[in-house]
Amino acid sequence: MIAVLLLLALLGVWEAYAQFGGVDDLVLPAPSAILTALYDDRALLWSNFTVTAGEIALGMLAALVLGLICATVIHFSSVLRRALYPLLVGSQTIPTVLVAPLLVAWWGFGVGPKVAIVALVCFFPIVVPTLDALSRVDADLRKLMRTFGASRWQTFRMVEAPAALPAVLTGAKLSVAVASIGAVFAEMAGADAGLGNLLLKAIPSLETARAFAAVLILSAFALALFGLLALAERRLVPWARQPRGTAP
Amino acid sequence: MLTRIRAPEAAPAQGESELGSVSLRDARKTFPAGRRGAEPVSALAGVSLHAGPGEIVAVVGPSGCGKSTLLELVCGLIEPDAGTVDAAPAALMAQRDLLLPWRSAVDNAALALRVAGVGREAARARARALLRDFGLEGFERARPHELSGGMRQRVAFARTLLSGRTVLCLDEPFAALDALTRQEMQDWLAGALAVVPRTVVLVTHDVEEAIVLADRVIVLSPRPGRVAATLDVDVSRPRRRTDADLVALRERATGALQEARG
Repeated sequence: MIAVLLLLALLGVWEAYAQFGGVDDLVLPAPSAILTALYDDRALLWSNFTVTAGEIALGMLAALVLGLICATVIHFSSVLRRALYPLLVGSQTIPTVLVAPLLVAWWGFGVGPKVAIVALVCFFPIVVPTLDALSRVDADLRKLMRTFGASRWQTFRMVEAPAALPAVLTGAKLSVAVASIGAVFAEMAGADAGLGNLLLKAIPSLETARAFAAVLILSAFALALFGLLALAERRLVPWARQPRGTAP
Repeated sequence: MLTRIRAPEAAPAQGESELGSVSLRDARKTFPAGRRGAEPVSALAGVSLHAGPGEIVAVVGPSGCGKSTLLELVCGLIEPDAGTVDAAPAALMAQRDLLLPWRSAVDNAALALRVAGVGREAARARARALLRDFGLEGFERARPHELSGGMRQRVAFARTLLSGRTVLCLDEPFAALDALTRQEMQDWLAGALAVVPRTVVLVTHDVEEAIVLADRVIVLSPRPGRVAATLDVDVSRPRRRTDADLVALRERATGALQEARG
């Protein structure tokens, strides 16, 4: 509630400043002008949005699948942990700005490079919390499973994997934030469609309001994805929220 | 109220002869030093212990006398450095209930059955029947956080029983409960074991718990643990805490424990 009021107040100040502060519309469009652009350019924005949204969704999905496989493999093998973990950290230090144009040079202007970049930036925030949660599983629980004669795989399936699920969702939530940035970066490096491409074209052609509208859509999409994951969290891992041992 | 227990129909009927036994002969265990330059830690320095089929043996001792190490030896989780450990397959029940928060009470109780490859519905049916015998009817679908401490321990005990092991290793099973619930649970466990006999090695630092439940009490010395005294509890069941024989035994055990501590 307070957040909404603060947002409205900020928008009001922005609107007043843009209207009466003598700022050029091309430098800082008023919120009303952005809304107008949002409406006038809806067809253009929508068609570009669907491209970017697809890239983000596919990229995150790829990161999730590969990340979970990678985390499981590393969890099961200490040799692979030593071999892969440094590479994993290394992968995160590669500057996306550098990789994106390279991928475009290799794979062209299509969706491929964008999905790859989104997957690359989302991979790390998913793998690390997952691995951490897998290795933090209560040692006594593992012992308990051993006394029941459980195999390594059974312990993973019945104890470790469910215990790590909240961390997977936390990782996915973290990766939402970087996913849209990654997608825009990748599109700026070379694309024929997408909101990043639209941004790149809107600013030199002095369509500042349209650029702001594109950013607004992107933020709204990221927020929606985040909300969706929060909802999934509440449905899938209700136990992670409940305090333990408070029952009478 | 907790002591009324029906004979669990779900648990397979087992004659005394089918119950396993536990034998430790001069078992020793030393753990390597945690830090470089530190001395290795000797946890058990030659412990002998025997629990025949259906016997309940309690092990009491001060903190850090290697009680938990002893149970891990019995359960086969670790190997002794010297001496022999001869035990039928044993199930471990710890101080913490270790229930899985994402599983309902019935699915938690059925965990060992699922591990053993029993189908979901068959495992649930057996777990449900046992939970009912344990006075948890109506709570089958509750998650652990919705249950009280005593209820959670009963679910954990059901899970231990359903593992099909005839030897149970109980590691301070009620230490996390408040005093009143602990007494209730001790009486409840005594009743449950009267109905479903098992060979039990009970580790505790609560002398009264040991005397109320066990056929024999073994007092361990401080680290490294060795047997300081053995007391036979020849008191018929059901036992009353106020019984003169029990009170006298408790005094003797407490005295032995203090002596062992030095």
